[in-house]
Amino acid sequence: MINAEPLFWLIGALFLTFAALIARDQENPRRVTSALFWGLIGASFIYGTWVQAKAAPAWILGVVVLVIAALGSSKRTLRAGVVVTTGPPEREEYAARFGNRLFIPALCIPVIAVAVTLIAPLLTAGGKPIIDPSAATLLGLGLGAIVALGVGIAMLRPRPVTVPLQEGRRLLETIGWAAILPQMLAVLGVLFTQAGVGKAVGTVAAAVVPDVLIFGVIAYCLGMAVFTILMGNAFAAFPIMTAAIGWPVLVAAHGGNPAVVFAIGMLAGFCGTLCTPMAANFNIVPAALLEMRNRYGVITAQLPTAGLMLVANIVLMFVFGFAR
Amino acid sequence: MFVLIGVLLVIIGFALRLNPLLVVTVSGIITALIGQMSPLAILEAFGTGFASSRSVTTFVIVLPVIGLIERMGLQQQAKRLINKLAALTASRILLSYLLVRQVTAAVGLLNIGGTPQMVRPLIYPMVEGAAEAKHGPLSERSKDLLKGSAAGTDNVGAFFAEDIFVAVGSILLITTFVDTAYGLKLQPLELALWAIPTAVVAFILHGFRMLRLDAKLDRTIAAEQPKVAS
Repeated sequence: MINAEPLFWLIGALFLTFAALIARDQENPRRVTSALFWGLIGASFIYGTWVQAKAAPAWILGVVVLVIAALGSSKRTLRAGVVVTTGPPEREEYAARFGNRLFIPALCIPVIAVAVTLIAPLLTAGGKPIIDPSAATLLGLGLGAIVALGVGIAMLRPRPVTVPLQEGRRLLETIGWAAILPQMLAVLGVLFTQAGVGKAVGTVAAAVVPDVLIFGVIAYCLGMAVFTILMGNAFAAFPIMTAAIGWPVLVAAHGGNPAVVFAIGMLAGFCGTLCTPMAANFNIVPAALLEMRNRYGVITAQLPTAGLMLVANIVLMFVFGFAR
Repeated sequence: MFVLIGVLLVIIGFALRLNPLLVVTVSGIITALIGQMSPLAILEAFGTGFASSRSVTTFVIVLPVIGLIERMGLQQQAKRLINKLAALTASRILLSYLLVRQVTAAVGLLNIGGTPQMVRPLIYPMVEGAAEAKHGPLSERSKDLLKGSAAGTDNVGAFFAEDIFVAVGSILLITTFVDTAYGLKLQPLELALWAIPTAVVAFILHGFRMLRLDAKLDRTIAAEQPKVAS
């Protein structure tokens, strides 16, 4: 059975390639530590295969992850290099030349990802699925990205042909440490769960929230929004509120459909993102970029939509999430 | 109850604008220590947590192709499309942008928008141009209304449509976390499907608010005019 590991190896190899390009960047004064940061991530993706299979000690990877976090935490160790790309006038010319065909490679990705997800369950050998059902979407995404790249190169004919690697490296370096933050937040979620944070919030919630379905739904959605406002990030709020209410109350006790409850729960968190200065890159940086007088002007403009959407998400979860 | 100190640490760390990577790592370690995990167990949790959440970082695989088409004028082409859609009032431009932002985010083209790439260079100048064509030079107060609406539309469009794309970080975080913690086998595609109702509602609600923006701008400008005795 094919699982997601080949994809993780491909991603690991991509990180290692980017690291090699960065290591050779003479212009970047922090090229050694920067390359080490991306290279260790790449190596972890590959070593992770054995950790996942419990065939190699996990604590070694734990040490490496701490080193990655330390390297990524300081501008003195992780710095983005300058990659030459095309300027706006050149891009206008290309846009005029290629037109809407530019969207074709991009559209390949979701189309193939969805197609593979739908086709995978039909492929069986001796009654057993060839592709691990839980990995189908991820494998489809990887395949989509490869096909899209092939289509893009054939259509746009970049010179030299390694241009996509340089451009990919440029985008990754722009994202910087934030590229690994979602994964670190997932690790934080695991630690919080093992240490019993969700249970503690759940105990508090159980003491104040009446055991009626609608109040549970409100508590989960409102909790997602409030924790997101406090922490600035719905990803960090999700494991806490899910361990506190989403899983024990809504799914386990009231039999909610997990896909509906968790998908809409996350979106309720996004309502909080619209309200918080903690989500600086969405709310404060744009106000600065637009030279607004009021640095909270973007938040003010978003507040009514955020409130309405929170109510809407509560209603949608209550209506679609529970069989009756 | 003491483990809640960990949540507090995350809040304080983010409030002090410390590097989030550092905040998350340190709060995780301290919370685990309060929860009486041994140092070895903590290292193992970091290792297994990282290995089992690798799918969250899958987006890296699309960077080369996205970088390639951006280099070849993807954003410029998106601007041409919006120019065709909008018939030039602040309301209509932002409604069109909301639609384009939601549709592109839903197919995974999250980076096509954003205030630095789209709102500042293109959307806001169009909105301001349309409003000034109607009202003449605008006050700072009126401009702030339009600026906030433009950046807000960008955020709302992205937040409530990005989850329709199966490979976005939040969807993968949900499946990774609940599959690891509760032994479920959730398909990213199922979660993405259930993000659609919220996306539709967001378009209706925020779109309605943006449709009323022209009228709101009229009122803001009228309120600023010195009262003339008739």
